[in-house]
Amino acid sequence: MATESNLAHDDTPDTGKRDFLYIATAAVGAVGVAGVAWPIINQMNPDASVLALASVEYDMSKIETGSAVTIKWRGTPVFVRNRTQKEIDEARAVPMDQLKDPERDQDRVKPGHDNWLVMIALCTHLGCIPVGESGDYGGWLCPCHGSQYDTSGRIRKGPAPKNLVVPPYKFLTDTKIQIG
Amino acid sequence: MSSHESTYVPSHPVAKWIEDRLPVMGFAKSTLIDYPTPKNLNYWWTFGGILAFMLGVQIVTGIVLAMHYTPNAALAFDSVEAIKRDVNGGRLIQAVHSTGASMFFFAVYIHIFRGLYFGSYKAPREILWILGVIIYLLMMATAFMGYVLPWGQMSFWAAAVITNIFAAIPVIGDPILQLLRGGFAVDNPTLNRFFSLHYLLPFIIAAVVVLHIWALHVPGNNNPIGVEVKDKRDTVPFHPFYTMKDLFAIVVFCIPFAWFAFFAPDIFGHADNYIMANPLVTPPHIVPEWYFLPFYAILRAIDFNFIIDSKLLGVIFFGGSILILFFVPWLDTSKVRSGTFRPAFKWFYWLFVVNFLLLMWYGAQEPALQVIGPFTVADVSKLSVVYYFAYFIVILPLLGRFEKPRPLPNSISESVLSKPAPATT
Ligand code: HEM
Ligand code: FES
Repeated sequence: MATESNLAHDDTPDTGKRDFLYIATAAVGAVGVAGVAWPIINQMNPDASVLALASVEYDMSKIETGSAVTIKWRGTPVFVRNRTQKEIDEARAVPMDQLKDPERDQDRVKPGHDNWLVMIALCTHLGCIPVGESGDYGGWLCPCHGSQYDTSGRIRKGPAPKNLVVPPYKFLTDTKIQIG
Repeated sequence: MSSHESTYVPSHPVAKWIEDRLPVMGFAKSTLIDYPTPKNLNYWWTFGGILAFMLGVQIVTGIVLAMHYTPNAALAFDSVEAIKRDVNGGRLIQAVHSTGASMFFFAVYIHIFRGLYFGSYKAPREILWILGVIIYLLMMATAFMGYVLPWGQMSFWAAAVITNIFAAIPVIGDPILQLLRGGFAVDNPTLNRFFSLHYLLPFIIAAVVVLHIWALHVPGNNNPIGVEVKDKRDTVPFHPFYTMKDLFAIVVFCIPFAWFAFFAPDIFGHADNYIMANPLVTPPHIVPEWYFLPFYAILRAIDFNFIIDSKLLGVIFFGGSILILFFVPWLDTSKVRSGTFRPAFKWFYWLFVVNFLLLMWYGAQEPALQVIGPFTVADVSKLSVVYYFAYFIVILPLLGRFEKPRPLPNSISESVLSKPAPATT
């Protein structure tokens, strides 16, 4: 475009029209490229069959006090722990200002079911599965980079930023829950 | 490759006919044979050739492995075992590929540290250096995705942890994580796409290598004294002088390589990777391959919140530790290229090397291990992280200002000739 002759007549209406046409063509072209690129990227996203928010039901009557199971929900492991009274007391005795991600133990369980702790079993650092009943706080210890969680699954030490996540769940009966 | 005209004169009429239409032979002759190369290059300069050789090895063995490998979460593990046990010669081909990745990284580290010592990143070689850093990043991505393919426990958890790094990005982190994995967790879709990309990336690397060599041939090689070539007496033709030197180095390099492939194919591996991937159990000691350990140690060292949370901060340091290499040409303010003539730089450089090896060691240890008195790996590794970054951000910029370099030789020829002749007996 920038030949000498049209530089000299920069402000003639003709040049403006041409620039407009160039820009409009390029813009339409860019929209076209983006339109083709999107399905090529989007195919990588989980499809509807994966997304269908499957919920699982679980009968907890076999989990004895002081033990835990790991179940699978949406391909992700979930801890269900039947806590001892000692664990509950320990969790509730911790002052809020000692917590990296302050949250009351009461808010991490369902009222009246204070012994049942249900949490997504993935370390909030980079997603390894922490090992139960270990670490300095009697809760969970992540083998990957050493994050430690207390008996409420709250982060106490190490690189993880957040408490273990409590998934959406509800009690169907006293010993049966539905996750999701 | 502007600095040297082709001297190729086709003698056969067919060769001439082709050359008039596609001057590929002339191009090859001027870049691979006549290319004027400084005559004082030492063995640290052979690692470029070694790297090209290793890329070839990985591509050839990889294509062959792909003929027997099955990228399916239920079958992948067994298919790799079948390669090792049943496929004719498969045990060796697989060993060459997996130990080859380690040899490849060993060579690239030497190559990078060579550049850092001799100031090979300084003008006019900045783009050459940047292309090198891009190759290094692509190599890391390739090796990571290759490591996932055997679908053992370490494969699976490496994939889980590394993809999770992207979840640290605020707001769009989680959608990106799902996009990368193709689901809520690492699973069959993840394995499939990693295989596709693991096959693709080495060819992208090959393309960037072409640019890298192009960018090398414009200014020509740097050399151990860092003084530019002044005239023809400073150079020798690439062939036969450096083709032979590189070949000799490749042969020597292949001795340990062959030892690993024949006698210790699993020495770099981890026993847990002989257990098939299990999304419900994380192995008790997760460690990456040795070549990622320094960066893994940096990621792990950031275990405290500071303005932003520890996860994002760790990821920023982790990414920053590699991306900072892009800026080295502008961070190093010294006019003198070669470390040989920089008395203070030398000390900081070798401390940087030791620090890098220390980080590598920290990366393999448990964070709670006590190293000095009550101080644990988690504590002392923070010091190493500080030095790692200080080297680039504080030391290199300041040294250029305050250091008094030793006098430089006038030319390559002068420096070569001034060396005392070896005693002839
Ligand atoms: C930049 C070059 C490459 C690097 C650094 C690299 C690295 C790796 C690594 C570390 C593994 C895991 C080995 C193990 O633990 O057993 C692997 C596996 C594999 N790679 Fe590559 N690779 C490269 C090029 C290629 C190419 C070009 C192909 C061709 C398609 C390929 C195909 C495979 C296959 C099929 C596997 C799975 C079998 C196995 O585990 O040995 N690779 N690669
Ligand atoms: S994934 Fe748990 S500490 Fe990093």
